[in-house]
Amino acid sequence: MAFKRHVDRLPIIPADAKKHNVTCHYCIVGCGYHAYTWPVNRQGGTAPDKNAFGVDLSKQQGPETDAWYAPSMYNVVKQDGQDVHLVIKPDKACVVNSGLGSVRGARIAENRRSDVTGTQQQRLTQPMVWRYGTWQPTSWDDALDLVARVTARVIDKDNENDLFVSMFDHGGSAGGYENTWGTGKLYFQSMKVRNCRIHNRPAYNSEVHSTRDMGVGELNYAYEDYGLTDTIFLVGANPLETQTNLFLNHMIPAIRNGARVLVVDPRRTVTINACEIEAGKDNVLHLAIQSGTDLALFNTLFTYIADQGWVDKNFIAKSTFQGDVAQRQDSKFPSALGSFEMARSACKMSLAEGAKICGVSEGDIVKAAEWIAKPNEDGARRKCVTAYEKGIIWGNDNYRTIGALVNIALANGNVGREGGGVCRLGGHQEGYFRPSDAFIGRPAPYLDQLIIKGHGKVHHIWANDHFKTTLNAVEFKRVYNRRTNLVKEAMDARAGATREELIDAIVGAIEAGGLFSVNVDIIHSQIGQCAHVILPAVESGEMNLTSMNGERRMRLVEKYMDGPGSSAPDCLIAARIAQHLGRVLREQGRDDYAAQFDGYDWRTEEDAFMDGYHTANPDVTYDRLRAMGNNGVQEPVVGYKDGKLIGTKRLYANGEFGTSDKKARFCGGAWRGLQAPGKASEKAKYKFLINNGRSNINWQNWFLDKDNDFVSDRYPYPFLEINPEDMTELGLNPGDLVEVYNDVGATQAMAYPTPTARRNETFMLFGAPTGTQGNVINAGVNELILPNYKQTWANIRKISDAPATVAHLSFKSKEYATD
Amino acid sequence: MKSCDKLVEIGRRQFLRGGAIATAGAAAATIAPKAAKAQAGSALLEYPSSRLGSVQNLEVNEPLQVAYPDADAPGVLLKLGKRVEGGVGPDGDIVGFSTTCPHKGFPLSYNASGRTLNCPGHYSVFDCEAGGLQVWGQATQNLPQYILRVDDNGDIFAEGVDELLYGRLSNVL
Repeated sequence: MAFKRHVDRLPIIPADAKKHNVTCHYCIVGCGYHAYTWPVNRQGGTAPDKNAFGVDLSKQQGPETDAWYAPSMYNVVKQDGQDVHLVIKPDKACVVNSGLGSVRGARIAENRRSDVTGTQQQRLTQPMVWRYGTWQPTSWDDALDLVARVTARVIDKDNENDLFVSMFDHGGSAGGYENTWGTGKLYFQSMKVRNCRIHNRPAYNSEVHSTRDMGVGELNYAYEDYGLTDTIFLVGANPLETQTNLFLNHMIPAIRNGARVLVVDPRRTVTINACEIEAGKDNVLHLAIQSGTDLALFNTLFTYIADQGWVDKNFIAKSTFQGDVAQRQDSKFPSALGSFEMARSACKMSLAEGAKICGVSEGDIVKAAEWIAKPNEDGARRKCVTAYEKGIIWGNDNYRTIGALVNIALANGNVGREGGGVCRLGGHQEGYFRPSDAFIGRPAPYLDQLIIKGHGKVHHIWANDHFKTTLNAVEFKRVYNRRTNLVKEAMDARAGATREELIDAIVGAIEAGGLFSVNVDIIHSQIGQCAHVILPAVESGEMNLTSMNGERRMRLVEKYMDGPGSSAPDCLIAARIAQHLGRVLREQGRDDYAAQFDGYDWRTEEDAFMDGYHTANPDVTYDRLRAMGNNGVQEPVVGYKDGKLIGTKRLYANGEFGTSDKKARFCGGAWRGLQAPGKASEKAKYKFLINNGRSNINWQNWFLDKDNDFVSDRYPYPFLEINPEDMTELGLNPGDLVEVYNDVGATQAMAYPTPTARRNETFMLFGAPTGTQGNVINAGVNELILPNYKQTWANIRKISDAPATVAHLSFKSKEYATD
Repeated sequence: MKSCDKLVEIGRRQFLRGGAIATAGAAAATIAPKAAKAQAGSALLEYPSSRLGSVQNLEVNEPLQVAYPDADAPGVLLKLGKRVEGGVGPDGDIVGFSTTCPHKGFPLSYNASGRTLNCPGHYSVFDCEAGGLQVWGQATQNLPQYILRVDDNGDIFAEGVDELLYGRLSNVL
C-alpha cells in the first residue's frame, strides 16, 4: 500500500503561539513560511478566539485556506531545551509564493529532528572521531584538537596546498551569508586554500563564467517580470518540478494572461504539459533538440534575429561594447568577447545548418525567433524573459552556450527592463559572502582529479557528498576509500597511543598516500563513511540564517528550534577550527602564522554576519531584516528609510553593466560539437542517452529525504524514465532494476515506463543514495573545469525483477491529463 | 428507479471529470452520512459507519460520488475491475477516496482512462489503483482513502480514513 500516516487530527495552534519568519531552505525560490511554536502541554481550540487563525475550525475550510496544515507541517521539537509543538506552514502574504507550499517545503516540519516523533534520527548530535575501529562520540574540544593538530602538520605560512577543502557556497539549508563567511574567512583570509571545490562541481569556480564576463550577472530580474512579459523562454529547465512556486505563482498567471512559452529541452517534462494545459498547444513551442546542441540552436536564432533586424539598435549602441574584440579567446576565456558585430560574425549559423544539427525544423526555429524577438505590430520591443538552468549549465560547452543565450537577450535589449531578464533559475538559494577567491586563478584546480591522482593530505568537507553527486564517481569513491582507509588502519594500529603518537601515525599514513578526512555535515553522509573526524552542524531554523532567492530577495530565517545535541552553526564551527589552529600553532612556536587565525571570537551567528556581510552592506542588520518579514528586500540594498530597507527590483535598469567600462559584451563562440573530452566517442559507443536531473519530490542529494517515509516510499530507487518499446527490447517490466553501465562505471535504477521519452533517450534521477547517477559520467569538463553531467551515454541491462519495496508503486504517467 | 440513478450518475461523472471547481455543497445530493461527532476522552477518533453505496449498483470504472465522514467531505467510490490492495467487495476491487486535493483543497477530477484522480489546481495525479499514491504532485501526503466494509447485503460502508482530510484539523468535525 501507498504510505499513509494514519494521522487524522492535529493539535490546533493556539492564538498566542510564537510566530517566526521562515524562508523555505530548500530550493532557490525561497517561499515564505511561518513557524508556530507553543508549549507541549497546551493546545488551541476550534472557537475563533482560541486559535491562531481567528476562524471557526469546527467547520470545513475551503480551498487555499490559511487555516489548515498537513501532518507533514507538524512536529514536536526542542526550543530552549523544552519540548514544543511546531507547525511550519506557507505564508499567504509572502509575494514569492502567496501561500503555496511545494512538496518539499511543506515537509520542513516533518524533516526536523524530533526525539518525540522520531523523525530525522539520522541527524548528527555530537562530534565523532575514528577510534578503536569505529566512530566514537566525543567532545568538541577533543575532536577539534585532533583536526587542528593534523591540519597544522600539513600547512604552513604561504603553503597551504596540501589542505584540500570541499565547501558549499549556497544559501538556505545550512548555507547562507553567515556560514559562507565563516568558512570563507577561514580558508580564504586566514589561509589561502587554492585546492578547493564547491558542493556541486569539482572545482571552485563560477557555473556561469561567460554571462559574468559579459557583464550580465545571472540573477538580474524580478519574479514579477514573468507577469509583464510576452514570451517565457525556458532553456534546460523544468521549473514546475525544481522551482515549483515560481512556476505556479508567477509563470502560470502570466501564461493564463497570454504569455507564450518556448521550451528548449530534449525531454518532454511536466512543465511543458502544464504550459500546454494553461496556454493551449498553439502557444507553447517545445524545441526537443538533440542533447547538447543548444549552442547551435542559439547561434542560429541569434543569426536569424540579427538578419531580420529584430534587434534593439539603441540599446546595443548605448549599453554594449563598440568595436571588435574586447577579450581574446585564451586559456581563461573559452571564447572571444566583444561587440555585437563581432559575435554576429563568429556565431553565424544558417537555419538549415542549425536545424540539421539540432534535429528540429527550420520552421520551428523561425517561430521561436519570432516569439523571442519579432517586434510587436506597433514596433515596440517584444518582451521576453529568458530562464535557464542545469540543462545547459551542466551541459555541453557551458561557456559558449550560456554566452550565446545571453547574446540573444542583449541583442533585443531584454536585460534590465520590465518583462525581460536573462537569468539562471537556480538550485539552492544563494548566500555568498567571502573574501576574494581571485588567488585561486582560472582555470581553478580540478579537485576531484587531484585527489584521484594522490594529491592532498588533509581534506575538510563542508556539506558536500561527492559520493552521491560528483562525476566520475566510481573512480573517485574507489580512490577515496583506499586513501582514507590507509589512515584508518594507521589509527587502528595505534589504539591507546598518546595524542602525539597518534598524530605521528596519521601523518605517516598521509605521507604514504593516505588522506585525513574531516567531515562537517548534518548527517553521516556517504563520503562521511570515510571520515576520521565528524563534526555536527545545524540547519536553517536551528540557527538564524540569511539568504537570497532567485530574484535576489534577502530574508532572515529566525531560529525557531534547537539544533540536535551539541551541533553548531557552520560559521561557529569554522571559528572553533580557527581558534584551535591558532592555539596549536602558538604551542608549536609558529606565532606569526598563528596570528592569521585571530579574529573569530564570535559567540553567535549574528556576530559572524556582522563580521562579514554587514561590513560591505552597512544598512543591513538582523533587526532590520526581521522587520522586513518574509518579503525581505531585493539585493543590492541601497539604503534605509522610514524603517525600511530599500532594495533593487532589477539589475542594470540604467543600462550600465558589470564590466570595467559598464558596457556589456557579446560572446563570439562558434559551435564546435561535443566539447568535453570523451563525450563524442561515448555517444558513438553506447546506445542510450542517460540524461539526468532532479525530480519534484527529492531535494538535492536526498540528504533528509532518504529518511522521510513519504519520499522514500515513492522512490526507493532512482527512476530511469525509458520508452516502453526500449523496455520491451530489454525485457523489462515497470519497476525492474536495471544496471546502467559504460566504460566509466555503473549504477542502478528502477525502470519507469515513459511513452513521451524518445527511443534510446532515458532520464535518470540524480543524487540518489540507492543509485548514483554520477557513476557513469565521465571526467570530461570544459576549459574552466565545468562538468558535463547531461551528455552521458551508456548501455542498460536488467539486474532483477522489481524488488519488494517497488511492488506497490505506481508507474503511471506523471502528466496531469484533462481527459 | 435504476434509470433515475443512472441520470444522477451521469451528472456525478461530469463533476468528477470536469476541470471546473465545484463547491463542496455539490455533495449534498449523495446518501446522507450519519451525524459525526468527536468523542472526548477517546484515544482514537470515532468515525461514523456510513453506507455509501452497494456492490450491486457500482459499475466498473464509473465513479460514484459520495461524502464521508460528513456531507462537507466529498469523495468517490470506484469499482476498478481488478483486485487492488485495500479493495473490498467480491472482486476486491472497490475503493473509496476523498476527492479534495490534500495539497490546496481543489476538487479532483476522475480520469477514467488512467484511473487516476487529477487536480486542476497544481497538476497533481493520484493513482486509484495504488492506494491513492501520488504519482506526481505537490501534496505531502498520498490521497486519503476510506476504510471500507461490505456487509452480507452488498452494502458498502466507510468506517475510517487513513490520512488527514484537507481543510480540517480533525477528520471528524
